[in-house]
Amino acid sequence: MRGIYKIYGAGAAEVRALDGVDLTIRDGEFVAIMGPSGSGKSTCMNIIGCLDVPTAGEYLFRGVDVARLDRDELALLRRHFMGFIFQSFNLLPRVTALANVELPLIYDGVKRSTRRARASEALRMVGLAGRESATPNQLSGGQQQRVAIARALVTEPPILLADEPTGNLDTAMSDGIMVQLEQIRIERGITIIMVTHEPPIARYAERVLYFVDGKLEKDGPPAEVLS
Amino acid sequence: MSWLDTFLMAFQAIVRNKLRSLLTALGIIIGVGSVVVMVHLGQSATRSVTDEIASIGSNLLFVMPGTAQRGLGGVRSIARPFELEDVQAIEREVPGILVAPALTTNATVVFGNANETIPVVGTNNNYFVVRNHGVAYGREFEDSELSAGAAACIIGTALVDEMYLGQEPLGSTLRVGRTACRVIGVLEEKGQSMGQDRDKTILMPIKAVQRRLVGKLDVQTIYVSALIDGSTRTVQKDIESLLRQRRSIASRADDDFYVRDTQDIAEALASTTNTLTVLLGAIAAVSLLVGGIGIMNIMLVSVTERIREIGIRLAIGARTRDVLLQFLVESITLSTLGGIIGLILGVVGTWLVTTRMKMPFLLSPAVMLMGFFFAVAIGVLFGYFPARKAAHLNPVDALRHE
Repeated sequence: MRGIYKIYGAGAAEVRALDGVDLTIRDGEFVAIMGPSGSGKSTCMNIIGCLDVPTAGEYLFRGVDVARLDRDELALLRRHFMGFIFQSFNLLPRVTALANVELPLIYDGVKRSTRRARASEALRMVGLAGRESATPNQLSGGQQQRVAIARALVTEPPILLADEPTGNLDTAMSDGIMVQLEQIRIERGITIIMVTHEPPIARYAERVLYFVDGKLEKDGPPAEVLS
Repeated sequence: MSWLDTFLMAFQAIVRNKLRSLLTALGIIIGVGSVVVMVHLGQSATRSVTDEIASIGSNLLFVMPGTAQRGLGGVRSIARPFELEDVQAIEREVPGILVAPALTTNATVVFGNANETIPVVGTNNNYFVVRNHGVAYGREFEDSELSAGAAACIIGTALVDEMYLGQEPLGSTLRVGRTACRVIGVLEEKGQSMGQDRDKTILMPIKAVQRRLVGKLDVQTIYVSALIDGSTRTVQKDIESLLRQRRSIASRADDDFYVRDTQDIAEALASTTNTLTVLLGAIAAVSLLVGGIGIMNIMLVSVTERIREIGIRLAIGARTRDVLLQFLVESITLSTLGGIIGLILGVVGTWLVTTRMKMPFLLSPAVMLMGFFFAVAIGVLFGYFPARKAAHLNPVDALRHE
């Protein structure tokens, strides 16, 4: 990722959410993105996750220039390479946990029976075996986030993008989620890119990117960046 | 993403919002239902008109003095009436026909304490065949009664029911106008036809009506029945040229009489009811269109309400096409369900109305198919715009939407 700019508005109202960011993330890394509000950390993650496209600059994803992909190609890229979890969980309301986890597989055209099995397996992995038929409002925040993790990982993507995954959870639940993510990362060797503003959470990562005003200020191991 | 999954997803969304779905589909239900009811009612009205005309008598021609107008209008100009000689001439000159003269007048009929004003038809025995209205019991006129204009009458069943109240009519004496008249027969029950109660009538020999009731030797209408099927056109031509000759009409002058086929009348009536059917159908189609706009409205609200859900779907890898199809299939499913329910209600409604109005209950597959496909088309048409709106949302904005 080189010379990335993301500019909203124009002229005097121009906001440079990302102002010339150069960045390389390797497979298998656990990266935390930190910074004050409005520093561009979420924008950066959205661009990495191909939810958004940069205004200028070059983003090579495994050698492919993402700027050349159209809307549907980006969707396919997300489908096969990215898993997302969000601060507000973003589960479909009034839909069972199992159906929520099945959703990405539906878009991937996986057969119904296989889908069921894989979704159940993903729920078991996050420790929610037996809660398949619960709807989100019957689950605690931590459980909802686990369902979201199961959904993000059910397609076995190599990259997991987490936007403040613990922002709506208390400390105990947060630690539970982080331990879970760490464990999954080790088991599967996936890359995790996580936005957070809580230093204790960021300490789970191997590498911390610190943004200020759209610029990458610090880049290094948590001990170094957070001191 | 398979079609089955797309459909299931849409179906689940519909079931999750039962009330909203029902309200959305209501427009389509009412639209399709009213199209089906209206068009079917129009068709069965047409059918009952043609049935009624068949019951008047087939191969029947009416010959009347005056100038015919298009459609069902009556006679405008006053023309010289026919006489019994004209009837005899037609009978003599035109082959293969049965002729009944008719002179109708309203007369006060009194029996016991009951009295009523009733149309009295003066005619002969051919009337029973020509008008397809025979004597149920008693007898027809005797030749002597016909030639003498005797005061003999054959009465309709409505009179028996209303005036005789269970007494034996045969052999009794009715007062018709100022004439005492002996009842010799009772007509078959026919019911309503062309807005007339055919059972509320009295038949007498035409000479009796001419002399005793009207006081003129006119013949108002000549009924002619062609005995051979399909010969009405030639019979009509023959009668026309014969009457022109008898009435000394110059070769370039218009007829001062007209000959009408029941077929003509049937066609005129059918064209009226068909126009009505088209009109009613068009009004109902407008309500179907309004129903479609209702679907679009609700789908747009639904898209706005579910922007976040759409964001989630886009984030986990739904393509534009997937989201487009999801919403499109949702609206098509809604309108299809609405169409099916509307069809059922329409058929039930048609049945209820036709049985109440004693019309034939007939269903036209063409009408039902058309109504149904119209509903589906509306689902596609009005579902497309909201679906497109949903599919082209920006994932980041959609996810951030509260």
